[in-house]
Amino acid sequence: MLSLTNVSKSYDDRDPVVDQVSFAANVGELVVILGESGSGKTTTLKMINRLIAPSSGVIRVNGQDTSTVDPVILRRSIGYVFQGVGLFPHMNVAQNIGITPSLLGWTSNRIAHTVDRLLELVRLNPADYRLRMPFELSGGQQQRVGFARALAAEPSILLLDEPFGALDLITRYEVRHDFQKLQEELGLTAIMVSHDVTEALLLADRVIVMRNGRVLRDATPDDLVADPGDPYVARLIEMPRAQARFVEALAP
Amino acid sequence: MSSNLTELLAQLPALLGGHLLLSASALLTGILFSIPLGLAASGSRRLSSTVLAAAGVIQTIPGLALLALMVAALGGTIGFMPAYLALALYSVLPVLRNTVTGIAGVDPTVIEAADGVGMTKWQRMMQVELPLAAPVIIAGIRTSTVWVVGTATLSTPVGAPSLGNYIFAGLQTRNTLSVVFGCVFAALLAIALDQLVRLAENAVRHRNKSRGLLAIIGLALLIGGGLMPLVFKHHSQSNFPGAPLAGMEITIGAKTFTEQYILAEALAEDLVNNGAKVNRLDNLGSAVLFDALAADEVDLYVDYAGTLWTTILKRSEPAVQAQMLAEVTDHLSSNFGIGIVGRLGFENAYAFAMGRISANRLGIESIGELANQPTALTIGGDPEFFARPEWSRVRDIYGLEALGTRGMDSTFMYGAVRDGAVDVITAYTTDGRIDAFDLVVLDDPKQAFPSYDAILLVSPQLTGNTAFTSVLGKWIGTIDTALMREANGQVDLDGATPKQAAAFLRARIDAAR
Repeated sequence: MLSLTNVSKSYDDRDPVVDQVSFAANVGELVVILGESGSGKTTTLKMINRLIAPSSGVIRVNGQDTSTVDPVILRRSIGYVFQGVGLFPHMNVAQNIGITPSLLGWTSNRIAHTVDRLLELVRLNPADYRLRMPFELSGGQQQRVGFARALAAEPSILLLDEPFGALDLITRYEVRHDFQKLQEELGLTAIMVSHDVTEALLLADRVIVMRNGRVLRDATPDDLVADPGDPYVARLIEMPRAQARFVEALAP
Repeated sequence: MSSNLTELLAQLPALLGGHLLLSASALLTGILFSIPLGLAASGSRRLSSTVLAAAGVIQTIPGLALLALMVAALGGTIGFMPAYLALALYSVLPVLRNTVTGIAGVDPTVIEAADGVGMTKWQRMMQVELPLAAPVIIAGIRTSTVWVVGTATLSTPVGAPSLGNYIFAGLQTRNTLSVVFGCVFAALLAIALDQLVRLAENAVRHRNKSRGLLAIIGLALLIGGGLMPLVFKHHSQSNFPGAPLAGMEITIGAKTFTEQYILAEALAEDLVNNGAKVNRLDNLGSAVLFDALAADEVDLYVDYAGTLWTTILKRSEPAVQAQMLAEVTDHLSSNFGIGIVGRLGFENAYAFAMGRISANRLGIESIGELANQPTALTIGGDPEFFARPEWSRVRDIYGLEALGTRGMDSTFMYGAVRDGAVDVITAYTTDGRIDAFDLVVLDDPKQAFPSYDAILLVSPQLTGNTAFTSVLGKWIGTIDTALMREANGQVDLDGATPKQAAAFLRARIDAAR
């Protein structure tokens, strides 16, 4: 369980980048924060594991106020998938995946076992991939390793920052599909940041639409499509339909 | 094998060892200081630019000047310490700069990932930033290595033995082989150290244990082998039981010219024959040498009354020989505790010298006539001379303001005046090249130059040692100007080594007895 209550972030004396944001995610729920660049969606995500400290407001993870926890300990308990993957270029696949467990002091046996199980989970053959270096992997493979790394320490919450953004279309479809299955199977609570409306509508249990640091809507995909409730949201939701009509018109 | 080469090779273990010890310890200190400083500073842009600017300023100080400043900063201490500190400072910049730029060059998404997976700042530094910046940092270490090994050759004038001894002594005694010897071995040492660092880097990057082992063994062999001669330090010594100086350890200093090397060598042999252990410190600057004697780091050297009169007593007026010597003796004894054993007999004065032909053509016989020439003449000399009070005094007395001055190493000025590159030089009266190059010494009717009696100076701690001073007493009055000039000429003109000239000098003194 995760909740944000009136969370704001401002730098110096300028207007807040994130302004009084509140929402919650129930166990096993996938919440997508949808917004354009500059909407404050990534800042909101990074405040959850305190990569950025909030200026005000309260964030609770499993009931506990995160401002009372050592950020390093907090981050080890929350999986994070980075925009642009961010694998450690000087470590092989197994070392990348095993990094948080090793920081937590797991035995090397347990880490090796976890690494192999996760590689299978993200559909990479452990024997083939364990010892590869990141530069030897394709973009899709790197992102799969990124997922495995985020899941390694068995977190109850997973944060994802545009995880499919850097992938080409077909790979994106595959990886997204695998991720969706994984998230459901493991019952993960996940918060994902995206600017892709279709992706948000397809994956999310709930969509939070943000603009200029504020939450405009918090609804299920069905409710959002049925009743955008805001001119900006309406235009945003209309975009995939407009594109689909355009593609349809091209067909013979 | 020529005796020259044999003599050079005999010094190699001690000089290479000294050079290696100096550069390796300075480098190690510099690295251990710069990497943590660079890591600490890389957290803040302002701090890192301040630190880099400070290191950059140190780098702009010429190596020789930094060494001299260290001697002053340590209150006149010479030898290993000032050279070590100056070189350690010198090694800082490349490592520091590359640490800061290496850390700054780490991909920010990787840094964020390190935070995101739950690393502490320390873990992020050790597991992510440092390994990723390592190639850049090691490139800095390699630059430092080459700089420090090269700059260490300049530590000779502050009394730290290094391969620079070959270069400095070779330059003064016209021994090209010696200069080449010093350069080649310094270059080989730099290349060897650089390649070993590279091997170590490769081993780390490819996690190759055997290559790493090879690098460690190589470094250990090089450093261990280089330091061996220092561990089993070999003083020139002979044990004559009951010899007057048995058990004494004496350090003899020498300035940076031929006469000083010959005299130091001759004195050393005499002291060894009397049972003392002798260390030699050649190629020290005048002021450095005097301070070292006052601080008991050097026990004995030959200086010149007129030099002390002007530089230590700060006197500018002339004085008759006997009065000057008396005043110098009194001043050195009461202010520094330094003892003067006496005059060696010769005088190595400054004098203006010209080629005989041009002197005749211009009708110049005495210094005053230099002033009244239709075209202004150029005077060449040791840069030290033009900074000394003697020069301003001579200039003012004879009205030489119009003369152009040109500083050059004293060993080159005789050839320069012979070849017409300059018109007049500030010669030393004991130099064998005055006769050999057919130069004339100009008269000094107004006695603008003080007298420069060569005198034996003894450190405060040995002034009261009568066994020592009585051995030295036998040298008093034994060398006249002609004899000294002949000995100098053997080295500067005939290519003899200072050791051979010293043997000649001692044989002539013995024969005269």
